[in-house]
Amino acid sequence: MRSPSRWVLLSLAAALSAACGSKQAPEQPAPQPTAPAPTAPAPLPTPAPAPAPTAPTTDVGAAAAAARVTAAVLAEVGTVVHFDLDESDIRTEDRAMLDRKAALLSANSGLRLIISGHADERGADEYNLALGNRRAGSVKSYLGNKGIAATRLEVVSYGEERPVSMGHDEDSWFQNRRAEFEVTTGGSNLRLP
Amino acid sequence: MSHSSFRCIVSVFFVLALPLTKVAAQDSLRPLDGVRVGIDYRPGVRPTVVVLPGRGLDSARAILTRDLEYSDRFDVIALGPQDSSAAAANAGGWTVNYSLFRTLGAEYAVELAPDGVGTVVRLHDITAGAMRHDQRFALPAAFDAGFRMAVHRAADEVVRWITGTPGAAASQLLFLVDRKLYRVDSDGAGVTQLSAPGEDILSPAWSPDGGRIAYTRFGAGVGSIVVQALGSGQRTTVPGTTTALNITPAFSPDGRTLAFARSSEEGTDIYLADIVQNCCVQRLTAGRYSDNLSPTYSPDGRRLTFVSSRAGQPQIYMMAADGTDQELLAAFDYGATGNSSAPEWSPDGAGVAFHRDVNRVPQIFILDVATRRIRQLSSAGRNEDPTWAPDGRHIAFVSDRSGRKQLWVIDVLTGRIRQLTFVGQVRLPAWSRRLAAPASGTN
Repeated sequence: MRSPSRWVLLSLAAALSAACGSKQAPEQPAPQPTAPAPTAPAPLPTPAPAPAPTAPTTDVGAAAAAARVTAAVLAEVGTVVHFDLDESDIRTEDRAMLDRKAALLSANSGLRLIISGHADERGADEYNLALGNRRAGSVKSYLGNKGIAATRLEVVSYGEERPVSMGHDEDSWFQNRRAEFEVTTGGSNLRLP
Repeated sequence: MSHSSFRCIVSVFFVLALPLTKVAAQDSLRPLDGVRVGIDYRPGVRPTVVVLPGRGLDSARAILTRDLEYSDRFDVIALGPQDSSAAAANAGGWTVNYSLFRTLGAEYAVELAPDGVGTVVRLHDITAGAMRHDQRFALPAAFDAGFRMAVHRAADEVVRWITGTPGAAASQLLFLVDRKLYRVDSDGAGVTQLSAPGEDILSPAWSPDGGRIAYTRFGAGVGSIVVQALGSGQRTTVPGTTTALNITPAFSPDGRTLAFARSSEEGTDIYLADIVQNCCVQRLTAGRYSDNLSPTYSPDGRRLTFVSSRAGQPQIYMMAADGTDQELLAAFDYGATGNSSAPEWSPDGAGVAFHRDVNRVPQIFILDVATRRIRQLSSAGRNEDPTWAPDGRHIAFVSDRSGRKQLWVIDVLTGRIRQLTFVGQVRLPAWSRRLAAPASGTN
C-alpha cells in the first residue's frame, strides 16, 4: 500500500541521508496512533450481523454466541464515566460512551440500571454526597435526552464513601470522581442495537 | 489598646503586624493570599488559680484542675510536693493561708473537701483574703459512670464563680470513625461507640438538651435520618427520609423541628420535619440542579445558615427559618475563593464557624454575623468540620496535623490548641450543649 504521505516521508528521508553524507539515516518516526488509546473495552462491531433465524446453526453455538453478546453488552453498559474536579457536567470525551449506552438501553428495553455517583476524597464529606448525587443525576439526564425512560434509571450517591483507588494523588482522585452503572433487572438475553 | 480596635486589626480587612509571640507554639500562622490570618487575642492577664491539695478526692481534683486548664481562662498553678505542708495546714481546719498563696501569685484558690456523702467545693479569693463561694456537690463514687461528668459540672460552676460565665467541661462530642458513631467527653475521656456493628452512620447532631441525637443511617444508596433518645435508646425515623439520600440533620433550638438536606435527581434541598408530631415535611430551598445542605440554626431559632452551590461552588448562605430571605452570608470571589462548607452557628449567635479551601486545603474560619467579616483560625495541615463548644469560645475540628485525622480543640480567643482524640481516622464532630445532670433512671 502506498499512500502519498508515505512517499513524501520516504523522499524526505532520502534527501536527508543524501544531505548528511556518511551520517546514518534518521530513524523513521514511530507511527502515531490516529485515535487516543481506548479507555473503555474495545468497541463491538457496531451493527453486528444478526444471525438469520433460519440459518442452520447448532443450538450450542447459538447459545454461546448469545451469551457472548450479553456479556459484551453488560460490559459496555458498565463502563465508568469520569468527571472533572467539582463538576457534574458530562465530559466531551465521555459523550460517545454514553451515546453507546443509550443505544444499548434502547435495544434492550427490559434493562434497568442504578447509576451511582461518587466523589474524590477532597471536599467536605457531606457536600461530596450531594455532588455524587448531582453527577449520577447528570448521567441520567443525558441518557434521558437520548430517549431512555426515567423509570429505568435509579440515581444514588455514595459521595467519597466508596473509593476505587486509595491513593492521594491526581490519578486516584480522577478514578474516584465517577458514575458507576449497576444492572438491576433485564440483564439477560441482551441484544446489540 | 481597646478590645474592639484589636479585633479590627486581626480582621481580614486590615494588614498589620500581629503580636505573634502572644500566640506562639499554637497554630503556625502564615499570611495567605488576600486573607488575614489572625487570632482574636484579647490582651489582659488571666486570673491565676491554684487547686489546693487535700486528703482524698485525688481523681476529682485532677479532673477539675484539667477542666480549669482546658477552659483557657486561667493560669493554673500546679502545687508540687514541697507545697503540701502549706496545703495540709489548711486541709483540716478550713483556714487558708492567704498570704502564702499570694506569694505564689494566686488570685483564687479552689478547695475540694469531703462532706458526708457529697463533696464541698469552695472558692477562695486570695486577693481579698476571703471565701467567695461554698457549694456542696453530690459526686457519685469515683468508679460510677456519672462521676466524671459530675466533676465537670462542678468545674463549670467554679469557672462561673470566677468569670461570670460557666465553663464547657460538662459536655460531650459525637464523631465518626469508619462511619461508626462514637461519643467522647470534652476532656477526651470516655470514648464510647454508640452505633451498632454493621451500621453505617453519617452526619451526627445533638438535640439542644443533649437528650437525643440525630444522624443519617446509610445503606444501599438510601440515607434515612434517625432520631435516637440517649436514655431509652428508642429510635424514630424522621418522616420523609425513608427513601433517597437524607443528610445533615440539625435540631431547632426548641427541639421540635429537624432541618435536613434531601437529595433528588434535581439536586439537594433543605427540608424541615416536625419531630414532635412526626409529620409535616416542608421544603425550604428550591435550587434546581444545585445543592443546598448542612443547615444550622441560630440560637434564637429564627435563622438558618447552610451550604449552597447555587452560584456554581459551595458557599455559606443564610435564610429565615421559614425559607424566606435567602442570601449569601460569607462573601467570596468567584473563581478565586475556595469552596466553603460545614457552617455551624455559635451558641451566643455572634459567629458562624465553617471551613473554606485555601489553595485547595480546607481551613477553619469564623464569620462575625454582625459585620460579615471573616477570619482564618487555622493554617497547619488540613482542618475541617468545626463545631462550637457550649462556652462559645472553643471550637473542635478535624485536623490531620498529627499525621492522621483527629479532633483538636482551639480556643478562639487565644489560639491555644489541644488534641482531643487519639483514635482511628476521625471526622464529622458535633459538640453538645452543656449536659444537665441526668434525671434518675435515664441516660
